[in-house]
Amino acid sequence: MDTAKANIIAQLKKDILPLQGFKTSLNTLALDGIPAAIKNAFPNAAFPLGAVHELIADSLEDAAATSGFISAILASIMKNAGSCIWINRSQSVFPPALKSFGISPDKIIFIYLKKEKEILWAMEEALKCTGLSAVIGEVQDLSFNASRRLQLAIEQSQVTGFIVRRNPRSLTTTASLARWKITSLPGELPAGMPGVGFPRWNVELLKVRNGKPGSWQIEFGAGRFRQIPKVAAIHPQQQKKTG
Amino acid sequence: MLHDKPFVLASPDHGRMVITAANGLAQKEGIDIGMVVADARALIPSLEVLDDQPETLARLLNGLAEWCIRYTPAVAIDPPDGLLLDVTGCAHLWGGEKQYITEIWKRFKAFGYDISIALADTVGAAWAVARFSPNDRIIENGQQHMALLSLPPASLRIEASATERLEKLGLSQISQLISMPRSALRRRFGAQILQRLDQALGYEEERINPVQPIEPYQERLPCLEPIVTATGIEIALQRLLDALCHRLQQEQKGLRTVVFKGYRMDGKIEKMEIGTNRPSCNSKHLFKLFEVKIESIEPASGIELFTLEASKVEDLSTVQEQLWGNKMDLDNVELSELLDRIGGKIGAHNIHRYVPAEHYWPERSFKEASSLNETIQTAWKVDRRRPLQLLSRPERIEVTAPIPDYPPMLFRYAGKLHKIMKADGPERIEAEWWLHDGQHRDYYCVEDEDGYRYWLFRSGHYDAAKSYQWFIHGFFS
Repeated sequence: MDTAKANIIAQLKKDILPLQGFKTSLNTLALDGIPAAIKNAFPNAAFPLGAVHELIADSLEDAAATSGFISAILASIMKNAGSCIWINRSQSVFPPALKSFGISPDKIIFIYLKKEKEILWAMEEALKCTGLSAVIGEVQDLSFNASRRLQLAIEQSQVTGFIVRRNPRSLTTTASLARWKITSLPGELPAGMPGVGFPRWNVELLKVRNGKPGSWQIEFGAGRFRQIPKVAAIHPQQQKKTG
Repeated sequence: MLHDKPFVLASPDHGRMVITAANGLAQKEGIDIGMVVADARALIPSLEVLDDQPETLARLLNGLAEWCIRYTPAVAIDPPDGLLLDVTGCAHLWGGEKQYITEIWKRFKAFGYDISIALADTVGAAWAVARFSPNDRIIENGQQHMALLSLPPASLRIEASATERLEKLGLSQISQLISMPRSALRRRFGAQILQRLDQALGYEEERINPVQPIEPYQERLPCLEPIVTATGIEIALQRLLDALCHRLQQEQKGLRTVVFKGYRMDGKIEKMEIGTNRPSCNSKHLFKLFEVKIESIEPASGIELFTLEASKVEDLSTVQEQLWGNKMDLDNVELSELLDRIGGKIGAHNIHRYVPAEHYWPERSFKEASSLNETIQTAWKVDRRRPLQLLSRPERIEVTAPIPDYPPMLFRYAGKLHKIMKADGPERIEAEWWLHDGQHRDYYCVEDEDGYRYWLFRSGHYDAAKSYQWFIHGFFS
């Protein structure tokens, strides 16, 4: 009896998704680079393209980690062909570094704009363009209306949009599909090896429409993500208690 | 600047500089074409020598030919240094042949050209008289036979080898050979000399190939009533664009920049200009680019004439329309139209695309691409780790480092102390001394206790004078 109920509920959930404007057919592009655990947080266990992803970055270091995470995803989106527009306030991304994420930096068009209003306008225009794979924009604040406009622009073109919010003043509700926060983690190397190692991030999915938020630790090396099983971190204080 | 100084143009030939052209002052001193520059300098020590650019001459001649269309519709270029004007039925407009010639000569003189000009019934006779006759300028009807008699055979436009042979045989004037039997001339000097002679005398017809200047890509729209509304301007713009784009399409061209002008009743000109990333003849797209600028036009008392001129036109590279699926690449038409729109509103200087440059110095390891479809010449380097976020200029930091060439233990940046747990390096990058002065950099990739990764460098060697400095340059992801 219970299984029957569960089946009915699962079926109903599936039926509700399209009613909520979730387009399945266009979102099934297999991004095999992304760990299954992260994909499972989204409806239909697929990383949603053709949507706005919002990423929070509080410091310069976090911004670097965030752009690293975006670049890694971008690499799988642009795997075959494609171009992308990256809108910043000023030149901060170092183009040659993108190559190590598997993106050809000459396929990216950088636009530097001073005013937030102009960035949002340019982003909206870019998101309407079907000839692009993705659009990345960096703004501080994003009002609900502005995010709604971006989402509407996407609905026609199915371009993927990433909004990096640098030092946001307040985290209000937006129409973005997901809200992320990426922070750096210390890298780990096989015992006794010197050096820094692959970049490692703590990926937090703070909000997601129709999905389950969560947090994961992942490492990006040799062109692919690797999920790191969460070991119950031993806090220094806990250590003291036991000791 | 140069008109009162002797100067010559010279180009290298077999390891020497040989004069290819000399101005009047230089020629007066005995400098001639074909002389070596060193010899000429011996004659005039203050001689000005300029490099000869061979393509300039052809361009100049073409420009002058187009300018000469004011005197006659049929102007041909006669390389390397002549223009042929077919003036049939034109001279009377200037009050006679003499005035006509003087007018042309004066205008050229005013431009700074020393020209020699002659008018005759045939192309050959005029060519000969202009170059070889010291006094006659206008050869009357049917007098070309007389005029040619005293001129040297070189004036017949024949090959240099034939001229040389004629000179060797002592035939220094046309009068000596004109009466010779034709078969003898043909046998000894080839058929060309007979043809040229006939052409000069008018027995054989000679055609010239007149230049045809490209009609400017311009459209005009005069209005019966002065236009004062934005709607009116839009209609005018749409019409002009349609007409211009139709013509461009016919000729397989596309425009890169176009200027729209409105001539106001009070004499002022209102204008707006747009540019595109790739040649375009899509009137819909161009209209969109103009649309955002229409509000900048002030019609005031009304605009009575609109013009639209494409100032930069290129060949249209027709992209094969794809049957299904759109290719998402940089040569996507939609993308370039998007960039036109963004560039039109907030300035094209804000849009950048980068290609790799062959430099190790991080700031110079990439350069701005000249266009959207510039292909990369060298591969992007991936052999070394590079930070994703780079500071536009390195910032000074305070550092504690244990021993020379070891990575630092601590550093202070923006008021925060970072304790370094792991490090890679050093990677030495030498300053490119041929481009700028400065010391080399030793780069370290470090990770602090929070897991943040930085790119630090020490500029200069460890030495007693402590001339080195530490900087932070970037953030790894």
